[in-house]
Formats: sequence, C-alpha cells, structure tokens
Amino acid sequence: MNETMFGDLSGVREGLAKVEYLADDGIASVVFLAERLGKPVLIEGPAGTGKTELAKSVAAMSGARLIRLQCYEGLDEAKALYEWNYKKQLLRIQADRGVDAEHEDWVELQDDIFQDEFLLTRPLLEAISAQDKVVLLIDEVDRVEIETEALLLEILSDYQVSIPELGTIMASQIPLVFLTSNNTRELSEALKRRCLFLHIDYPDLEREKQIVLTKVAGISENLAEQIARVVRSIRQLELKKAPSVSETLDWARTLVLLGIENIDVEQAKETLHILLKYQSDIEKAAKELTVEA
Amino acid sequence: MLDLLSGFVGELRNAGLPVSLTENLDAMEAVKHIPIEDRDAFKYALAATLVKNEQHWRAFETVFEVYFSLRGPEYNVGDEEGNGEFDPDNLEEWMSQQMQGMGGRGGGQDMSPEEIAEMLFRALLNADEAMMAAMARAAVTQFAGMEPGRPVGGTYYLYRTLRNLDLDGMLDRLIEESSQRYDGEMTPLAERLEREEFENRIEQLKREIEAEIRRRLVADRGVEAMAKTLRKPLPEDVDFMHASREEMANIRKAIQPLTRKLAARLARKRKHKRRGPLDFRATVRRSLSYGGVPAEPRFRHPRPNKPELIVVADISGSVAAFARFTLHLVYALQNQFSKVRSFVFIDGIDEVTHMFQNEEDITNAVHRVNTEADVVWVDGHSDYGHAFGVFWENFGKDVNAKSTMMFLGDARNNYHSTNAWVLKECQKRARSVFWLNPEPRSYWDTGDSVITEYSTYTDGVFECRNLRQLEGFVDNLA
Repeated sequence: MNETMFGDLSGVREGLAKVEYLADDGIASVVFLAERLGKPVLIEGPAGTGKTELAKSVAAMSGARLIRLQCYEGLDEAKALYEWNYKKQLLRIQADRGVDAEHEDWVELQDDIFQDEFLLTRPLLEAISAQDKVVLLIDEVDRVEIETEALLLEILSDYQVSIPELGTIMASQIPLVFLTSNNTRELSEALKRRCLFLHIDYPDLEREKQIVLTKVAGISENLAEQIARVVRSIRQLELKKAPSVSETLDWARTLVLLGIENIDVEQAKETLHILLKYQSDIEKAAKELTVEA
Repeated sequence: MLDLLSGFVGELRNAGLPVSLTENLDAMEAVKHIPIEDRDAFKYALAATLVKNEQHWRAFETVFEVYFSLRGPEYNVGDEEGNGEFDPDNLEEWMSQQMQGMGGRGGGQDMSPEEIAEMLFRALLNADEAMMAAMARAAVTQFAGMEPGRPVGGTYYLYRTLRNLDLDGMLDRLIEESSQRYDGEMTPLAERLEREEFENRIEQLKREIEAEIRRRLVADRGVEAMAKTLRKPLPEDVDFMHASREEMANIRKAIQPLTRKLAARLARKRKHKRRGPLDFRATVRRSLSYGGVPAEPRFRHPRPNKPELIVVADISGSVAAFARFTLHLVYALQNQFSKVRSFVFIDGIDEVTHMFQNEEDITNAVHRVNTEADVVWVDGHSDYGHAFGVFWENFGKDVNAKSTMMFLGDARNNYHSTNAWVLKECQKRARSVFWLNPEPRSYWDTGDSVITEYSTYTDGVFECRNLRQLEGFVDNLA
C-alpha cells in the first residue's frame, strides 16, 4: 500500500462519500491515520451504526479486496489462521510407500509434507500473504474467547504469522485491518494497545438526515428531516434496543413506498415495528408518541 | 510539541486514564501526519491513539479542552475563534464586529440583559451556531461576574449565568414562536419534535457557556490547576452509593457485558474439558475414510453443566442506592443464566424470580420488587439473621452442588442475631458462596456490621463499590 493512497484527510471523506458512506470528522481522521501509521483500527459502537459498512466502504473506495473473518465463540487457529491439510499429507505418505518403500528418508519426507502445498490458508494468513491490496475485516471480535484473542496479536502488531514447521511468513504489503466489536465484553488491553480506537455512535441529526438522503432513493429533504427527528426522539427513550441506522433506512424506504410525505402520529405508530424489534419497545414508543405530544 | 504531548499524557494519567508507553509513542507518530491547524483532526488523532474505552471519552475531552484551550495561538493549534479572545477587551471589540455584521443592532459595548436575551432567542430560533457561540460569550461576560483569582468552581459561574438567562422561559417562547410560523396548525407529533429540537439547541448553548467559562478560568488560573479541579472519577470508579442519575445510567449500561462475562466464567470449566469419553461408533465410522485405520478418534461431547445462580440481595434503606444497582444486576443476570433464583430481604425475605422473569422492562420489574415483594417482617430494619433463617427453612433444600450463591449486602444487622450457620450450611451444599459488600473495606466490622462472621463461611467477600471492583470480582472468578 503506497503512502498516497488517500492523499489527505479531506480525500478520505470524499472518497468515502463517493461509495455512499458519510463519514464524520472522527471516522475520517482515524481511517486516514490507520493508513498512514499502518495500524489496525478497532471500531466499537452499538449494533447497526455502520461499523462493518465502514470496512466495506474503505475497501470499495480504495479498490482493495475485502477479506472477512467472522468471529464466533469457539473460533480457533485452524479456522482463523491456517491448517495443515493432513488428509493430503496422509495420501502423500501412502503414495510414497507404494513407489519405493525401501529408500524412505524420514527427514526428506518431513520436509516434503510441510510445504505450502499442504497448507490451507484461512482468512488471516490469506490477508498477510496476499499480493494485491486487501482490507482485512475481523468482524465482531468480542465474540471470541479471551484466549483466542491472543491469536490476533502477532498479526496485528507485526503483520506476520509464525508457522512452526515453515517459519515466519511476513506480509508483502501491510493490509488495512478493521476489527469491529459490539462491546459485549471488554477486549484485552494487549489487543487495544495495538489498535487505533474508533467509537461510532448513533449519528447526530444532521448526519442521519444526510445518510437517509444518500441511501434512500426518491426521498424528499423534508421527509428525511422528519424521519431523523422522530428517530432521535425515540432513541432518547429508555428502550431495550434503540433503532439503528439500518432500521432508520428501512423505515425511510417504507415511508417512501407508502407515499407518505408528512409523518403524523398514526402513521408513525403503524410503522413502528420497522424501527423497533421488541414488542415492549414498540408499545412504549407508541405510548410516548401519543401521550406526550 | 514533544513536551506538550507528554504533559498532556501526564494529565490524562492523572485523570485516571490508563495510557501506556506505546500508546504515547503512537500519539506522537500520529500527530505528525495530521495538519496541525486542524484542531478537530488533532483531537481525534490523539483520541484514537490514547483513549481505548468509549466511557473515557468525556474525561479525555475535558482534559483536551483545558489543556489545549490556551495553547492555540502559541502552537498554532486552534481554530480561528481561538485567537486571543480570552482577553475581555478584545472580546468586546470582536463582539461589536459581529454585531455590525448582524445589521448594526446595538453597539455591543454594554448590552442590556434584555438585548442579550433577545439575540440569543433569535440565534436559537434560527440555529445560528456562530451567533450562539458569540452570545454564550456575551452572556458569560455579562452575568457570570467572574473575578480573577476568586476561588470558586466553574459550576458557580455556570449557575449564575444560566439563572440570568432563564432558559426554560426561552424554551417556551421558542415553541410559541415556531408554532406561530406554522399558523398554529402543528400536529402534536410535530410540536413534540420541535420542542426536542429546541431543547437540543439549548443544551448545546449550555455546553458552549460551560466551555467559555472553562476557557476563562484556565486563562486565570493556569492549566494544571484547572485540570485538577475538573477531574472527575471515571465511570468505573463512580461509587454506587453516591452515583448521580446520569452516572447510574452509565453504570447500568456497563452491567450487561459484565453479567455475560460472569456467565462465561462460571460456565468455563465445561468448556475447557471439551472432550468426553471415546465415542467408539463415530471413530469406526470415521476410520472408513482412511481404509479402516482409526486415524481420527472421535469423542463424545460432555454434557454441559448449567450453572445455577442464587442471588440473595439486601434492599433495605441503608443500602438503598446499592440496592437499585443490585436489582439491575439481578435482572441482567437473569437474562444470562438459564436458572437464576433471586431473593430480596430486609428483615423478611421473599422470592422475586417471577417478577423479573415475565417482565420485559427493567424499570417495571424494579418497581414491582419495591412495591410487591413481601420483605418486611417486623419493622423494616435489616435483620440478616431472621431473613437467612427463613430462607433456609423455605428454600434451603433447593441449594445443591450446582448452585453458585451470591449475597449482596452490607451485613449491617442492627445487632440482631446473625444466624451465620445458614451460610455454613449453604457453603457445605453449594458449589460456591460469594458475598459482595458495597461498603468501603475500612467500615467493615464497625458498628453493627458483622461481615467477618459471615465471611468465615463464604468463598470470598468482595468490596464492591464501583464497576472496577465488580469487574475485578468477575475476573477473579475462575
């Protein structure tokens, strides 16, 4: 990745805007720094605020390939880093025996079966060994156990993978790495220390409006403004799950489809189930919208 | 620059933020790439490298504002409005220029309170941010009555300024004005939204005023002194007993991930012993793909052992603030564990599991517990002994080798008998027994506290006054 991938700060913003991602100052600065410093970015924030989307957009904007590692409980190095294709290795040993069982040299054989050929690359190794530009997205890193987190450390700080039988594989180019976390648990200090930290919260009124305007075709500015305001109002309630940006967008699309131009209470209440996913939340919001108004 | 940054990092550390050496180096590296005139970018660059916890953001911001508010001209880090208008004389001049731009309303030298209010009203109505900032400054000059060297805190000035501005009245006027714009035909929803919009703007104005006061105080007293007075405990250090409403909300948010962690810790053993006995059938089946050689043995999955949790919480007056937190903790726990039984007591004890189970909304649940639970036996003063006695009598048989017990309370027993044998019995039967005490350790066993007597029969008593300690408890639980 060359130095001038993004030009300057405003370049990042414009580039992201081109792929329909509206970054605020914080987001743009951190993405810019990540590229300049060659450091991974840890993105935290509530669900549905565009964490994963950011990584995708950065990939789209820089024309890089996106390699994604979805984390889950029980993820291990065989699935994240690399794995020896031992079935193939077994076959190889057996095939050898058939030809000249007499002159079998163990050392030679060992060298033979621990070769690139028998290595199954998994996302992390793939990102490191890639020759083209890549963006590595490690999604929902808070889902792996704290012990598995350690797997990531070598990659994140030195961009290398050590395979005992093969030696260390260094990255030929430094990939841009994004880690996302929904903050269901505190990540380890070691991991945080290696990353730039970015917290993406729900957007403010103006930005949300812009997002709605960009992403929803055929919406009027007036409606977008109203939507953003209603959503902000709902987010202020104490709910189990506040509406995310993606739910706002869904709601906006629905309203456009229904041909609604001015939201009134009745319409808002009828379409609330798109914004909110818990029955108790819907009831609460509906009550709030009627009573207090 | 180097000195400046290390001073800043030192201040962050003083405020309690954990900043490591590598992070410090990263920050120095980062600011090299940032155009130094761009104050926001500079701030975000520092934040991204130095602050790794969203809850610390506010503390960071305060330190940043204080630390860099005056360095603007000196180091060229600052937006244009940061140029020397901390000096009251210049401010007046600058103000009057602004005024002229507005169409020459008043000379700006001595604006009467009414004029300020009127202009503020216009600014708020039109969401004119530059004007709002200017008016915030004018208001501080006019109302705060700041005197150099006077040893009062910023809140005092803030209070004085806000009292004179009468923002509540302003809000009403704003809404009236805007409803007139709509010719009185505002739908209730629109009105509500409009109100929120104005509330938001007023909130912004308050922040502006606060920042202005802070800037002047820094100018008066110097950075180090100011940073010291503004230092507030980080969210994880806030004492449960003395948490403000806002702090409580933060604490509540943090509980959810903690309970998940607790559940993970308690269920951990079953994870580590992942392999059960050899599964012969599966192994033979597998071996077929290697020509009958059992190259890959298969094992049975061990039956997961589901942790059960029994929570016994004191909700008496002496721990009222802690009890609020306790109930939230219990509610959150209930969502994480398959089997949680919760009990609350004062001098009587009552099971409240069902109140949490069928309740989607935590506030309702807490309300129900506080009103419906039958926890008063005689006089509504804590009586641990009696409560435990009744607990053992009615529910003792449900304590078994799978259960983990958590007692939450300060063990202030009002000199009643302790019935510590209940805990002894519990400890014999249960997998483990823990006690969380919301009092500072130095208060333990003073007065009517009998914590030591109980602690003999637990696997550990933990001081639990803030999130950090609660987290520590969860972490040590292996």
